[in-house]
Amino acid sequence: MIKVIQPGFYTTIQDMGRFGYREKGVPVCGCMDNYSASIANSLLENEEMDAVMEITMTGPNLEFHASSFFSVTGAEMSPALNGIPINSYEVHKANEGDILSFGKLINGFRSYLAVKGGFLADLKLMSRSFYKPITEQNRIKELMEIPIEECSEYSPKISHIKPEAWHKENELDVFKGPEYEILTDDQLKLLSTNKFTIAKENNRMAYQLEELIGEQSHKMLTSATLPGTVQLTPNGKLIILMRDGQTTGGYPRVLQLASKSIALLAQKKFGDKISFQFLSH
Amino acid sequence: MSSHPISIRPFGEHAILIEWPNEVSEVVLYDIIDFVESFKLDFQDSQDWELVPAYNSVTLINRRTKIDFSKTRCQLLECYKNRKASGTPQRYLWKLPVCYDLEFGIDLEEVASTLGCSIKEIIETHTKHIYTVYGIGFLPGFMYLGGVPKDLETPRKSVPRLKVIKGSVGLAGKQTGIYPQESPGGWNIIGNCPITLFNANLENPCFVSVGDQIQFYAINRAEYDLHKIETEIGIYNLDKIKLDD
Repeated sequence: MIKVIQPGFYTTIQDMGRFGYREKGVPVCGCMDNYSASIANSLLENEEMDAVMEITMTGPNLEFHASSFFSVTGAEMSPALNGIPINSYEVHKANEGDILSFGKLINGFRSYLAVKGGFLADLKLMSRSFYKPITEQNRIKELMEIPIEECSEYSPKISHIKPEAWHKENELDVFKGPEYEILTDDQLKLLSTNKFTIAKENNRMAYQLEELIGEQSHKMLTSATLPGTVQLTPNGKLIILMRDGQTTGGYPRVLQLASKSIALLAQKKFGDKISFQFLSH
Repeated sequence: MSSHPISIRPFGEHAILIEWPNEVSEVVLYDIIDFVESFKLDFQDSQDWELVPAYNSVTLINRRTKIDFSKTRCQLLECYKNRKASGTPQRYLWKLPVCYDLEFGIDLEEVASTLGCSIKEIIETHTKHIYTVYGIGFLPGFMYLGGVPKDLETPRKSVPRLKVIKGSVGLAGKQTGIYPQESPGGWNIIGNCPITLFNANLENPCFVSVGDQIQFYAINRAEYDLHKIETEIGIYNLDKIKLDD
C-alpha cells in the first residue's frame, strides 16, 4: 500500500480509460498524456491497462508501506526518494517506509508515476480511472491508502531511457472536424496562422483558448464529442475537450486533434502558446 | 422499409461520424438504432468499437486502431443495407415517478407565470405526454428527451445554477430531463425523481437506452420517500412496458 502524506495540486489514479459506456454518457477518462504514461508502465513491464498516478503541476508526498519498483515519466517535476533527487525515466526501488516527493516543475504539466503491478484502486465499470461519481473520489486525498502489490525482487530489462523532448513542441496536429465547413475564411486564416494561449480554464474535462476567432450562429442537433474535439462557441471561443470531456455536445465541432496532440496539449499549462497544423485524412 | 440518404465521414483518426437527415424524428432515430444493431451483430471486431447514437447521428469509435476510412466506409454501407435482417432490438417505455412538490419544483411558480397557466396544468401536461430518448450524454445517464408539447416550452434560466440536486426534473426549450447526479445546470426545475438513473456498481449502469420512451407520473412526498429508500437498497420495481415496432 502507498499512503498519501500530502496530495499535491491535483493528483489522480488513471489507466487507459473506461471503454464501452459512452452510449450511457460516461466519459472515457484515462491518462491525459497517455504516451508518457505508457512509457512509465513499459519500463516496469506492466500491462497496458495497469493504473498509474497522474500528477498535475505540483507533486504529492507518498509513503511506501510495501517495497516496490517505480518509474516517473512525463513532466519533469524533480522527484526525490527520501529527499535525494532521482532521475525520471528510470526504474527505482522503494523500500517500506521510503518517501517519494516532488519539487520544482521544470517542464511540461503532468507527470506519471507507475509502480510494479500498477495502483490497485477500485475497478469501476472496468477501469480504475478516477471520475466522480463513478469512483468515490475525483483525486487523491491526504492519508488515503492506495493498494499496490508488494515486490521486493525485480530486474528490469531496461533500467532507464532518454526522456523524449516532444512535449516541448507547441504545434498541435488537427484534422477537419464534422462542422469544419461553417468556418469563415477569416476564421480559417486565424486558425492556421495565429498562436493561441491556454486559458486558466484548463483541466481534465477541457482546455479553453484565450483568443476569440469571431462569432458563429450555427444550429445543430446534439451529437457525439471525443477527447481532442475542438468546439467553437457562439461568441467565438475555442474549447478543446479532453479525457473527462462530456460524450455529447451541441457546439460545432470544427477541428479534431490527432491522438498524439491530445497528449501534447495535456503537457501545456495556463499561458502557454500553441498553434494548429492541419493534416488531411 | 424506407432508406435515408446517409453521410459517412472521418472524425479524427479513431472515429467515424454517420449522419442521417437533419431532423428530430422517431423514424430517423429508429433507423439509426436498427443500423447499430446490424453493426453489433455483423461487424468484425465489433467489440473494439463504441457507438454513440444521438438524434440524427451515430459516432463509431475504435479503441484500438486507426481507421482505414475507405475500407470501413464500404463495410458500413453494407451494414446499413443489412439492417432489420439482423432484427430490431427490444425497446421499452419506462414509467418514472416524480414528486412535483414545491420543495423540489423550485421553478414551478416561475414557469407557471411564464407560461400563463397553473402548476396543476403543468403537472398534468408533463405527465400526460410520452417522451422519446434521443440521446444520453452531458452526464452519465442524462437523457435528452424529445416530444415536449408546445405549451410546456419555456426558455432556460438566464443564469445557470451552480448546483442542481440529484434527481431534479428540468424543462428547457423543447427538452425535458432528469439530472442523474448533482451538477451545475440551467434548466427550470419542476420536480424530483427518486429513482437512481445511473449506478456504476451494476454491469449495465443505466437501464434506459437511446430509442426507449419515458413517461412521468406524479407522486406525493410519502411515496417519494418510500421509492427513494427502495431504490437505494435495490428493491424498487421499475415499471416498464415492452414497445412493439
